[in-house]
Amino acid sequence: MEVDRADGRTRNQLRPLACTRCTLNRAHGSATWSQGETKVLAAVFGPKAGTKKNENPEKACIEVIWKPKTGQIGKPEKEYEMILKRTLQSICLLTVNPNTTTSIIVQVVNDDGALLPCAINAACAALVDAGIPLKHLAVAICCCLADGGYVILDPCKLEEQRTKAFAYLVFPNLLASVHRKGSLQVEVEPVEHGIITSVTRGVMPVEDYLRCLERGRAVSAKLSEFLRRSMQLQAPSDSPTAG
Amino acid sequence: MSPMNGSGDLSSEMEVDAFRHLFPLRFHERHLLESIRPDGRPLGRARDTTLALGAVASADGSALAKIGCTTMLAAIKMEVMTPTVESPDEGCIAVEFHMPPICSPIVRPGRPAEVAPVVSKQLSDTILRQVVVTFSGMIDLKDLSLVSGKAAWMAYLDIYCLDADGALFDTALLSAVAAFCHLKFPMVSLNDDGRLVVVSGESKGGKSGKEAVNKEQRKLNLISIPFSLTCTLHKNYILADPTAEEESIMETLVTVVLDSSLRLVSFYKPGGPVLAFTSAVM
Repeated sequence: MEVDRADGRTRNQLRPLACTRCTLNRAHGSATWSQGETKVLAAVFGPKAGTKKNENPEKACIEVIWKPKTGQIGKPEKEYEMILKRTLQSICLLTVNPNTTTSIIVQVVNDDGALLPCAINAACAALVDAGIPLKHLAVAICCCLADGGYVILDPCKLEEQRTKAFAYLVFPNLLASVHRKGSLQVEVEPVEHGIITSVTRGVMPVEDYLRCLERGRAVSAKLSEFLRRSMQLQAPSDSPTAG
Repeated sequence: MSPMNGSGDLSSEMEVDAFRHLFPLRFHERHLLESIRPDGRPLGRARDTTLALGAVASADGSALAKIGCTTMLAAIKMEVMTPTVESPDEGCIAVEFHMPPICSPIVRPGRPAEVAPVVSKQLSDTILRQVVVTFSGMIDLKDLSLVSGKAAWMAYLDIYCLDADGALFDTALLSAVAAFCHLKFPMVSLNDDGRLVVVSGESKGGKSGKEAVNKEQRKLNLISIPFSLTCTLHKNYILADPTAEEESIMETLVTVVLDSSLRLVSFYKPGGPVLAFTSAVM
């Protein structure tokens, strides 16, 4: 029952992660993030002066452009843009630079399952690379429900297509929770138990969704460790880091 | 702080209105402290919902749904087409969601609403949900087949937003489901060239070789009916069914879609952090 998956991973095992920063010379910040075969490149330009028409000028504005690997831009791309935009709006400190626009361009290099979480992770790394002020980091994970009713993490494309239901979850990631200094009981539940974003496809019973949440939260600690390590190692040099 | 309870005279009523526009967040928070919302609803109550079937006489199925002021008109037209080679006994559904400028002052002819393609994609995901292994959608596409390999129905579902006042996805889903419930298949018959044509009214004697392929007008079977609820979260309060004003000030929006057997179809939340266990929403 252990090794059910096509590539021999266990249920909770993620694909090999790799993160590179400063890939593009002219962008203010850029990062590539790959999980197994899925690879996404994100670039950040900003803050630029002025906001778009319907946006609030007292806050900074975030604009996301999603470029698919092939084909024209259609509704799925617009949906991804909106999800990314709202997710990133909640992690950025918008009041620091009011009346400015920060553009984030996401380019899909290869899609082998769990595309949206990969893109969110790449965008977050690119924002850190650009030095945009953030409240906390975000880590994204894809959990899907296999036939036996158990939860598997980070599916590849074949697994994603065959599964009944899957969920993309994004969790916040604070510095305090990593270093475990003091108590985090600010409110009734600590902040890192919250979900920033959740998108589900397919029908699943409620208990399974809650199980996906728990599993995703447990794994987000590992992902955040990887993210922070790759941030630190890259500080002076340009050499890529593999996770 | 200007007085909140204007008691009938014009000057204090003007101040309340001005306060509402100048400091909308404080205006709403002041209401939340009393566990009520500006339009008098308690926090957990949705607005009045009305549904009218058969709103468009010329369409094969249609419905008009209203949740509070948000109005959506859904209509389905059926057309015969040849199915694809990979799935010869399945029909097809095309979902389009339109937000014409009539619905809201933010939408102008040259500037389509950002939210329109997103709602459209969410709707088509919820309605279709084709999965290879198990079928978990609302409609079985095999129901839409006429002659296997040769002819199948193509349903064009168009949803027009006539008034956008918050909770767009809920109203759109409600009108789409109602339109599918109201749908009656038109009668078709085989004409001389061997092609299927739609016959209007009762089948007449007519030319030789013409017989009705589907004898009676039947309705479409819905496997499980999804229903949804949108809520906004603000600090510790959960507000059900927000209006457009509430949606624009409170950033966090959650949409939960459940089907008739109370399984979760979708839990959609783009936005700020929320505490877990929001099963209170359901």
